[in-house]
Amino acid sequence: MGMNGQTTVMEPKAAVDTSALWAQVEQLQAQVDALRRQTPDNRLSMVVFSGDLDRVLAAFVIASGAAASGMEVSMFFTFWGLTALRQKRESRGKTLFQKLMGWMTPVGTRGLGVSKMNFGGIGAKMLRAMMRQQGVPQIEEMAQMARDLGVRIVACQMSMDVMGIHKEELVDGIEVGGVATFLGDATRSKATLFI
Amino acid sequence: MEIKYDVEIDARGLQCPMPIVNARKAFQELPSGQTLRVLATDPGSVNDFKGWANMVADAELLAQETAELDGKTVYVHYIRKK
Repeated sequence: MGMNGQTTVMEPKAAVDTSALWAQVEQLQAQVDALRRQTPDNRLSMVVFSGDLDRVLAAFVIASGAAASGMEVSMFFTFWGLTALRQKRESRGKTLFQKLMGWMTPVGTRGLGVSKMNFGGIGAKMLRAMMRQQGVPQIEEMAQMARDLGVRIVACQMSMDVMGIHKEELVDGIEVGGVATFLGDATRSKATLFI
Repeated sequence: MEIKYDVEIDARGLQCPMPIVNARKAFQELPSGQTLRVLATDPGSVNDFKGWANMVADAELLAQETAELDGKTVYVHYIRKK
């Protein structure tokens, strides 16, 4: 009973200590949450601006390599990069300039030229042949591989509107988004690239 | 050097990024505690697997060695799944 008396004396003090501890825990939890929001994901974000075969190929090699290393990968295709995602040419519902643009730009990776020494497409054919000789997968296989590895592919809505590219003209299974979609991924990435 | 391994993949003749892409597929199916052996002829694979093992949380690069196979230098990588 004497012990009991002691505990009743101790209890209020212990209660105070616990609530102080809880407050501290909550404070720490809030700090951890804040830090977690600032810590990047294991993610790589890329802007693919270029429509050159060699550059787009480099983008897909990096994307596949990163995805194979367990990273989340986002690729944002904008302007000339969109040509790599095209699967057909449509002229309906487009302005004259948009039609011209559509005719003059390649449809899909097969039509892409190299950034140097393209010589009307001969350079691109040569590069493809050289890659085949070296056992390097073609860009089409590389793109398919990137998608199989779960790479997120987003087409830029704004440049689609400007260039008059409709979603139906692009390969299936991709997303459409704006700058905030890119920034949303880029700001929580460990690495960002503009290609 | 004799290192025990459970699964082997042959990435000989393949170029970057195929050795790590193929390794990833095999590694995903590998049970924890087992070791994957990768054969590659790409000299860049030596640094690639070092980087790869750094990025993949449950991968541990046990050893890397070179061997002569069919008159070609082969880079052999041993990766254990933690």
